[in-house]
Amino acid sequence: MTKQSETILETRNVKLWYGDKEALHGIDLDFNSKGITALIGPSGSGKTTYLRALNRMHDLEENVTVTGSFNLLGKDIYAPTMDTVDLRKRVGMVFQQPNPFPFSIYDNVAFGLRLAGVKDKKVLDQAVEESLRAASVWDEVKDDLNKSALGLSGGQQQRVSIARVLATKPDVLLLDEPTSALDPVSSHNIEETLLSLRDKYAMIIVTHSLSQASRISDKTAFFLSGNLVEYGDTRKIFLEPEKKETADYISGRFG
Amino acid sequence: MDLITEKIKKTSLSTKQDRFGKFISALALLLITLVVILIFGFVITRGLATFTTNKISVSKFLFGTNWNPSVVDPKTGQPGIGALPLITGSLAVTVLAALIATPFAIGTAVFMTEVAKKRGARIMQPVIELLVGIPSVVYGVIGLAVVVPAVRSVFGGTGLGVLSGTIVLFVMILPTITSMTVDSLKGVPQHYRESALAIGATRWQMIYKVILRAATPGILTAVVFGMARAFGEALAVQMVIGNAAKMPVSLTSPAATLTSVLTMGIGNTVMGTLQNNVLWSLAMILLLMSLVFNLLIRWIGRKGELK
Repeated sequence: MTKQSETILETRNVKLWYGDKEALHGIDLDFNSKGITALIGPSGSGKTTYLRALNRMHDLEENVTVTGSFNLLGKDIYAPTMDTVDLRKRVGMVFQQPNPFPFSIYDNVAFGLRLAGVKDKKVLDQAVEESLRAASVWDEVKDDLNKSALGLSGGQQQRVSIARVLATKPDVLLLDEPTSALDPVSSHNIEETLLSLRDKYAMIIVTHSLSQASRISDKTAFFLSGNLVEYGDTRKIFLEPEKKETADYISGRFG
Repeated sequence: MDLITEKIKKTSLSTKQDRFGKFISALALLLITLVVILIFGFVITRGLATFTTNKISVSKFLFGTNWNPSVVDPKTGQPGIGALPLITGSLAVTVLAALIATPFAIGTAVFMTEVAKKRGARIMQPVIELLVGIPSVVYGVIGLAVVVPAVRSVFGGTGLGVLSGTIVLFVMILPTITSMTVDSLKGVPQHYRESALAIGATRWQMIYKVILRAATPGILTAVVFGMARAFGEALAVQMVIGNAAKMPVSLTSPAATLTSVLTMGIGNTVMGTLQNNVLWSLAMILLLMSLVFNLLIRWIGRKGELK
């Protein structure tokens, strides 16, 4: 349904070292400006490592070296001139653990905008409502906007975390196993939320759940020991994979 | 059948050990509680003697400004037992020291936990631990040799007074507040940092909008702990504050604190006399204040949990 959209992010020969241990061995991946791409693979295959490289979260760790080209709409993510603050506004990230700040729901969602200097109450109100609606959690929290976000259920917290990222209007949304800490019902809600956003954002999701990848993603990339084994339309990867490793993983023979 | 029943009903060895362990811990707990209760009981009964035996009114004790228990005031016909100058002196040096120390402590703690983690751990941590371990008399001596002359040459007067006391206390409580603030900053979950940065916060915005805000209860607790230490500190303050039991009128005027009057006077009075009893009353105030600080810390802690 979103095949016609253009490429927003192009990565070529991405290599990453933790100290002198090479964790990614040259990944080439392109992402469309709309739709969901799932990164699947066994633990330690490098999918989360790759995802975190896309908005330079590795900058926070020591001893991590990244090489290769990351072309985000004509700009290199790792160029010395790239402003990481600006980058992370355009490439937002949702983490595995639902992690709202210990503030009110409103303050959580408005956080990114306030950082950007938005003070107008009307603008903030509107952005908070829009973002919470987009994250499909508005109806559940609209009466409690001034209550602490920590009082919400895990699933609601995760959707508030998504709303917090959406509020800054990113181009790309990175999701690092966003449902692995949640119960099945909450996971289902998050999946519905992501599906409702697939026409607006480029979403890259790391997931351990193959059924989740097959349910929600347009494209799937299979990682194994730091290599990209296969990348293509989700339907094709799941129904007629080209590589034997992919077929083995999909059918549950390892991993 | 009977043999089995007997065996089942018999207490097992591990249950016995368990009971013994519980008994020992309960005993230790009981002993500590008993000691605390005895201290409180002793100080309070002694402290109240001023008001019951010597018929001094509580308001005169708390709000009177003339402290001179050994001399009978010719105007009132009563010895000078107004403790307000001492209470004021104690509160003044405590609050001022905490006010000055807090920004320094937060700055140091942020540097150690957020800015230069490695250097912070390698250099600052041992320095702070060292500062905590220095005996208070050393602080007092340095205060007397360095701070007092400095205050004297800048502001004139004797140099002994509230300002010198504040400065010495500031240095003394700085490591306490800093190390507790460091702990509370370290306690802020890493994912707050990551998610703040992930939605476009600069490092500085992350520190002051998320980390410091999330750590506020811990930082407040640290400050109250520092104040409790400052309030109870006797020796170092006594050496530099001038020990004039008068209402302090300026930062450089000599003053006295509850603790300094207590330490100097308690050996020079006779048990059971008014002069001795009022000192116990001072001790009672100190004890009640430390109780207040304690409750404050608990209250902040509980507030912080709810959020």
